[in-house]
Amino acid sequence: MTLSKKNMLIIIAILIITILPLIIKSNADFAGADGAAEGVIQEMNSNYKPWFSSLWKPPSGEIESLLFALQAALGAGVLGYYIGYKRAVGKKVERNKDC
Amino acid sequence: MKRKNILQGLLLLIGVVFYSSRAYAMHIAEGFLPIEWAGVWWIIALPFLILGIRRIRELVNDKGIEIKMLLAVAGAFVFVLSSLKLPSITGSCSHPTGIGLGAILFGPGPMVVLGTIVLIFQALLLAHGGLTTLGANVFSMAIVGAFVAYGIYSLAKKLGLPIWAAVFSGAAIGNLITYTVTAAQLSLAFPGQSGFLNSLLEFMSVFSITQIPLAITEGLLTVLVFNFLRAYSKDELRELSIIGR
Repeated sequence: MTLSKKNMLIIIAILIITILPLIIKSNADFAGADGAAEGVIQEMNSNYKPWFSSLWKPPSGEIESLLFALQAALGAGVLGYYIGYKRAVGKKVERNKDC
Repeated sequence: MKRKNILQGLLLLIGVVFYSSRAYAMHIAEGFLPIEWAGVWWIIALPFLILGIRRIRELVNDKGIEIKMLLAVAGAFVFVLSSLKLPSITGSCSHPTGIGLGAILFGPGPMVVLGTIVLIFQALLLAHGGLTTLGANVFSMAIVGAFVAYGIYSLAKKLGLPIWAAVFSGAAIGNLITYTVTAAQLSLAFPGQSGFLNSLLEFMSVFSITQIPLAITEGLLTVLVFNFLRAYSKDELRELSIIGR
C-alpha cells in the first residue's frame, strides 16, 4: 500500500470516529468539558470556594473561538510549512538523481 | 461473593457511564485546587521543567537546523491538537493533547517544556486551565503524558511490534493516562465523604469513556504525521535513532 493510500484510510477512520457521535447522539448538547468538572467539585464539597480566578477571560464565545482558531492556525501554519518544505526538498533530490 | 462484588461494581460503572451527563475537562480550572494541592503539584512539576529546558538547550546547541525544525513541528502538533475539541460518544466534547508525537521523537524531556508553553497560552488567553493549577496540569499532560507515551512506544518497539503500532499505542495511551491522572488529582484534593477510591471512580466514570474515542483519534493523527516523517524526514529520524540506518 502506498503512503497516500494508508494516510487516506487513517483520515477516513478519524472522520468516522468524529462524525459518528454527532449522528448516534444527535440530541446531546456536546457541551465543553470544562465547566462540568467544577460542577462535580461543588456537588461533592459544597463549601469549596475557588480561591483564585482567571486574570483575563475572553469576553465572549466569539472572542474565545477567535483565540482557539489562532492557536490552531499557528500550529497548522508551522506543520504546513514543514510538510511543503520537506516535499519540495525531496522532489529536488529526486530530480538531481535523474540528470 | 467477591465475584458478585466485581459484577456489581461493573454494572454500577456501566450505569454511571450511560446515565450520567457529566463530562470532564483534562485541565483543572483556575482556582479549583485547594492552595496546598496547587502548591504540591507546582513543586513536583518544577524539577521536570528544569530538566526539560536543559534537554531542549542541548538539542538546540548540538543539532542542526533540520532537527530544530522537527522540534518546532512537535510543538506545533501540540498547539493544533489541543485546540481541537472533538465530540465523543458520550455526547460531550474533549480534546487530544498532541504530546505523544514529540515524546516519541525527542523523549519526554522537551515535551514537558512544549506542553507547558501551550498550557500557559491557554491559561492566559483562553481561561482554559489556570496559573494556580498549572503545576497540576503540567504534571498530568506534559510530564506523565509524555513519559507514558515514550515508555509505551519503547516497550512496543522492544516487543517487536511494527513501528506504526508502537507510535499509535504510545500516543493513544499517553492521552488516556493524562485524563486518568487529572481524575486522580481531583480525587486526592476532593475525596468527598466516600474517600479517595470512590471519588476516583466518580471522577473517572464518565470521562474515561468520553476519552477512549479521542485517544484513538490522537493515535491515528500521530501515525499520520509519523508516516509523513518516515517518507520525507528519514535522515532526521535516523539521527534521532527512531529508525535504523
